Amino acid sequence: MSELSVNHLLGIKYLNKQDIQLIFETADHFKEVINRPIKKVPSLRDITIANLFFENSTRTKLSFELAEKRLSADVINFSSGQSSVKKGETLIDTVNNILFMKVDMVVMRHPNPGACVFLSKHVKASIVNAGDGAHEHPTQALLDSYSIREKHGEVKGKNIVIVGDILHSRVALSNIFALQLQGANVMVCGPKTLIPKYIDKLGVKVETNLRNALNWCDVANMLRVQNERMDISYFPTTREYTQQYGVNKEFLDSLDKEITIMHPGPINRGVEITSDVADSKQSIILEQVQNGVAIRMAVIYLLASKIKH
Amino acid sequence: MSQKVLLNAKEVNIILHRLACQLIEKHNDFSKTVLIGLQPRGVFLANRIAKILKEDYKVKDIQLGLLDITFFRDDFRRGDKPLEANTTSINFLVENKTIVFIDDVLYTGRSIRAALTAIQSFGRPNEIELLTLIDRRFSRHLPIQPDYRGRQVDVINDEKVKVNWMENDGEDSVYLINK
Repeated sequence: MSELSVNHLLGIKYLNKQDIQLIFETADHFKEVINRPIKKVPSLRDITIANLFFENSTRTKLSFELAEKRLSADVINFSSGQSSVKKGETLIDTVNNILFMKVDMVVMRHPNPGACVFLSKHVKASIVNAGDGAHEHPTQALLDSYSIREKHGEVKGKNIVIVGDILHSRVALSNIFALQLQGANVMVCGPKTLIPKYIDKLGVKVETNLRNALNWCDVANMLRVQNERMDISYFPTTREYTQQYGVNKEFLDSLDKEITIMHPGPINRGVEITSDVADSKQSIILEQVQNGVAIRMAVIYLLASKIKH
Repeated sequence: MSQKVLLNAKEVNIILHRLACQLIEKHNDFSKTVLIGLQPRGVFLANRIAKILKEDYKVKDIQLGLLDITFFRDDFRRGDKPLEANTTSINFLVENKTIVFIDDVLYTGRSIRAALTAIQSFGRPNEIELLTLIDRRFSRHLPIQPDYRGRQVDVINDEKVKVNWMENDGEDSVYLINK
């Protein structure tokens, strides 16, 4: 165990295998911490973190904030809805102003792909990407792999299928990078219109038949259809999508083996998975949420240890 | 670099038995007492003491926990390397118990300060005591003293005390290393 090879968490693409291993080992310790009667450690007492959310979020924002508070960091929050961004301030100006209030780390979600990479080149602070457009969502991918590792022992050699709206999903891309780095076999499955044209160049299998995909896999990561990002119709109706790509209990029970169901949230119950699947014992959706806090604590702790005052 | 033997295997063994006896004198049957070994190096000593209490002095119920203090240290980001965490394993509450912290070398007292904060996560103990194999005199940064000490030594700051354990280093011994 040593230190991360990077000063920012901009995407899984910039990490190596040892980084992921280190984050997981650190998260193991934090998972023990958050299951104590008193769940807080004083490690980051002298660190201030700004959570900048230029796009809506519930789970990720709460999870980051909780992780920061459990590490005793000071936290300031910002959502674009109530800010001067509306008055025409640029991203660099907004962030630089915040940094001059002596902030050490920035957790940012932004609708534009590459916003975090851009920021990391222009401001002096550790940047954590909490989702940039349809590009990457590294902490989600880390917690997904961590949950698979927890359930199945290791990620290496496992067959994992990502089902649904691959085209608009940052979770899909980060997951593909993270899973491949750890030696898993990755498949994407969904309607042709929602699968990027050259995705097979990343070395993933492509399947349009859900039954074939689920019979192949050990773990299925069910993504949400991102209606808010769709400017045109990618499939005729939601009902038809559900018939082709939705998973219900009957379907799950008819498979050759017992697979694990994951979902990054928020779930559209009855669309990509039904309630009885989401709440079944094959689902690890709530474990993912708990692991999210431990993973984010690990990421923030490891990045903070590289900040020198 | 030169080194000098402070304690050999026989001396370590005698001291461990003496410390165990001192614990029994104070804590009787250990019904209200728990032993907490401090990660990483205090764990070997804690395991030894617990073993001696169980096997040689027939104390039945010894509760032994391991406490990692990494996230509670006050030198986070001040060293060259990131701090490495270890496992904490305390599967009991310390509420209203007497705790004996066990560590191999007491030097500046900063680890013990961190341990005093860390243990609060597991309840409010009645009393906390400190047992240490080696007490480096005149080197404390904080007002912390051991309740049970194996050997008190005078060591200047350039020197290092190294405690070896059979199960980890192949022999029981304590060396004074001059850098």
